[in-house]
Amino acid sequence: MSLPIRYPRSPMAWAAAAMLASLVVLALAGPLLWGAAADRPDPTAVLQGPSAAHPFGTDSLGRDVLDRVLTATRPSLLLALAAVLLGATGGILLGASTAVVGRRTRRLLAGLINLLLAFPALLVAMFLAVVFGAGAGGAMLALAVSSVPGFARLAQTLAAAVAGTDHLASARVLGLRRHRLLWRHVLPNIAEPLLLSTTTAAGTALVALAGLSFLGLGVQPPGYDWGQLLNQGLDRIYAEPLPALAPGLAVLYAAVAFQLLGEVLAGGVARRSPAPRTPAAPASTSGPAAAGLVLQVEDLTVELPTPDGVIRPVRGVSLSLRPGEIVGLVGESGSGKSLTALAVADLLPDRARISRRTHRLLGADLAAMTPKERERHLATGLAMIFQNPASALNPSLRIATQLTETVRTHRGASRAQALAEASDALRRVALPPAVLRARPHQLSGGQRQRVMIAAGLMVRPRLIIADEPTTALDVTVQRQITRLLSEIRRDTSAAVLFISHDVALVGEFCDRVLVMYAGTIVESLPADRLPTGTRHPYTRALVASVPDLTADRDRPLPTVEGALPEPLAPAPGCPFEPRCPRRRDHCAEEAPPLEDLDAVHRVACWYPVAAEVFAS
Amino acid sequence: MSLPHLLRNPWTAFLGRRTARLLLSLGVVLTASFAMIRLVPGDPVRAALGVDAAPALVAARRHQLGLDAPFLSQYRDYLSGLAHGDLGTSLVTGTPVAELVRTRLPATLEIAGLAFLVTLAVALPCGLLAAVRTRDGRHPRSELAFTALTAGLAGVPDFVLAAGLTAFLAVGLQLFPVAGSAGVESFVLPVLALSLAPTAVLVRIVRVEALKVLSEDYLRTARSKRLSPARRYLLHAAPNMATAALTVAGSLLPALIAGTVLVEKVFAWPGIGSALAQSVVTQDYPVVQAMVLILGTTVLLAGLLVDVLLALLDPRSAIRES
Repeated sequence: MSLPIRYPRSPMAWAAAAMLASLVVLALAGPLLWGAAADRPDPTAVLQGPSAAHPFGTDSLGRDVLDRVLTATRPSLLLALAAVLLGATGGILLGASTAVVGRRTRRLLAGLINLLLAFPALLVAMFLAVVFGAGAGGAMLALAVSSVPGFARLAQTLAAAVAGTDHLASARVLGLRRHRLLWRHVLPNIAEPLLLSTTTAAGTALVALAGLSFLGLGVQPPGYDWGQLLNQGLDRIYAEPLPALAPGLAVLYAAVAFQLLGEVLAGGVARRSPAPRTPAAPASTSGPAAAGLVLQVEDLTVELPTPDGVIRPVRGVSLSLRPGEIVGLVGESGSGKSLTALAVADLLPDRARISRRTHRLLGADLAAMTPKERERHLATGLAMIFQNPASALNPSLRIATQLTETVRTHRGASRAQALAEASDALRRVALPPAVLRARPHQLSGGQRQRVMIAAGLMVRPRLIIADEPTTALDVTVQRQITRLLSEIRRDTSAAVLFISHDVALVGEFCDRVLVMYAGTIVESLPADRLPTGTRHPYTRALVASVPDLTADRDRPLPTVEGALPEPLAPAPGCPFEPRCPRRRDHCAEEAPPLEDLDAVHRVACWYPVAAEVFAS
Repeated sequence: MSLPHLLRNPWTAFLGRRTARLLLSLGVVLTASFAMIRLVPGDPVRAALGVDAAPALVAARRHQLGLDAPFLSQYRDYLSGLAHGDLGTSLVTGTPVAELVRTRLPATLEIAGLAFLVTLAVALPCGLLAAVRTRDGRHPRSELAFTALTAGLAGVPDFVLAAGLTAFLAVGLQLFPVAGSAGVESFVLPVLALSLAPTAVLVRIVRVEALKVLSEDYLRTARSKRLSPARRYLLHAAPNMATAALTVAGSLLPALIAGTVLVEKVFAWPGIGSALAQSVVTQDYPVVQAMVLILGTTVLLAGLLVDVLLALLDPRSAIRES
């Protein structure tokens, strides 16, 4: 069996290995090297402080404290290991057997384990050490028994997972006896995590044993271990701290060694290759502002570092929205439409890197602003509505807080004023003011999305970016939400960027549609041309895959065949080329630019579908 | 409220189940503490009074402890004695143990409670800060340092730390009193010794929980609202990790209470733990018995308190769990 030491080169793994190795060497060699000196009384050097001959002083019989601490490594370690092995064996057998016994016995055992777990192991160990009688053997046994419930619970949990598996069920059907089930099928499958926790438990046992000896319940004179030496040192700590510190440091050293080992074994300190840092995009100046645009983005590219290399999920996207316009951004998942939206709103994850030639909101150049100015400008100019209203609203805050916080933060509105505005916003999305006092879990999915929209309306944005706002909702509620967005556009003349994978929905209520494929916009056209006027083969396939009421139910739904291109190694040609039914040699060599077909229609294709062909 | 209605109330059900569990555990503590003095090897009375004690005195003490009565009637007497507040009499000093508990329990509860509060007060903000700094795999070196440091500190035994603090800060630099309970400054070292390891354990769990919360959609919403980092982390993130953090904190409490025994011994703190440590040495079994009973009961009651607090904080999860 291989231990899960996945990163043996991490500094912590080295530290743990070195510390443990030194302990093992001390345990083996300590009594041989220093044992004699540790037991040699010297009546001329009783209770001395530190000196060259005795770096940590001497005890009441004049024995060297350091020699005694080094010699005590062996009993301290051995007793702890014995306790852990005994306790682990008992606990694991008890816990694992719950997987192979009948239901009633299992519940009884589980109840017993739970009952015992209510008490701290150290307290149980003290109690048992008293009962068993003070001494090394009694303390060791007490520790072992006190660790049984913990091991049993762990084994029980792990075994329960095994008990549910098919092969144990089939082994049971084959009539294997219980102890064979236990040895053959349960224990081998849970051995690795148990071995791991046994290792860490050794550290705990070592400390607990030292604690028992410290209390006078463990090793008795003339024997000695670290705990007992600490106890002796403590009696004179006011006069001479070092004799108490030496055994204390020994316990500390061993405890930390085992703790680090457990950490390394658990893989908690995976040595990750540091994520490539992406420097913040330097402020640059956008291209000239076009008049009358709410949003103007040109040549937007997003790069994301991944463990396998940098990918570019958005490549040279340009888009612009006029006041009161609803633009649909449509594409498959993975096409880059959501990242485009996040880039426009300056909400990309930190590791993403954005570059663009122009990025203007309401004419103001976001690319040239400092992050602080940009935040301020975006805070009141733009609102985002996210996909899943169940997770996009904070479950522990009242709706009132989530609605009012933007105007209170960015407009300095008073509480009463903000609450009045929130009621207005709720009325606009057809919700009663009582919703203010609710928490998200008290609302339905459609109500939550209305709340999200109301929260967006609070800042009176000029641009609303709705990222798949209807995906998590059922069809009737979808229609209500799109109708609501249309009304808001009419009443406030805000522009709406509506992101969706649903080309039918987009065609129904948007003015203009941008079709995105593999990080680029492949077609831009008025929504009313979607049914018959599309020119890009991808858009055409997308539209054809929409079922309608007249579709023949016996025929399989047409889908866009194939998959998006590999993001790590984009081919030089048209990204749709591998899936395109109309591809020719040229398509694989050069990517087609987005070119005007007429004043309102642009397409990125070397061989666009003729409108008539598709219409027929 | 009618009875059937009351029974269907999830709160009644929760409290009912929780009380049943408490009574069962209390039964274990009572029986164990009763059995203890009868299970110890040799004669506990002779052990306490010494080998040279007159046989008549030993017999009198045995009778006084009820050790010569039939087993079941001993158990009945033990329970009825407890019900009347009689915890037995010290074999060494002859004083009622109940008196000892009354004077010493507050001191133990004070340092244990304070240490728990310190653990929470340090671990919650530090864990959140660590999560904010290392979110999305940022600052991998900080993360490594955090993991190594907390792993190391979590392994520091409380009584060893107590001895070290005494040596350096009390004896060496004389910043704090060496032992005993006198004034605010005497609390510093015992509370520090008790709270360091639980803090290190808790701070790691808080970081993991906070990382989970920070990647939630509603924090992206908060970011899209351009709220200040303080508001995002304290108002939007912190409440959503409180339940998980407090659940873990509650599970650390029993070990913390047990740790008072060793730490009190180091600081000669006048609490239950040092009384237990002392009576173990003098083999004063009635005192050992009572102290084990009191500590066990304290652990159980603290567990109940934590569970009820959690249920008040997050009713859904408490009722789901039970």
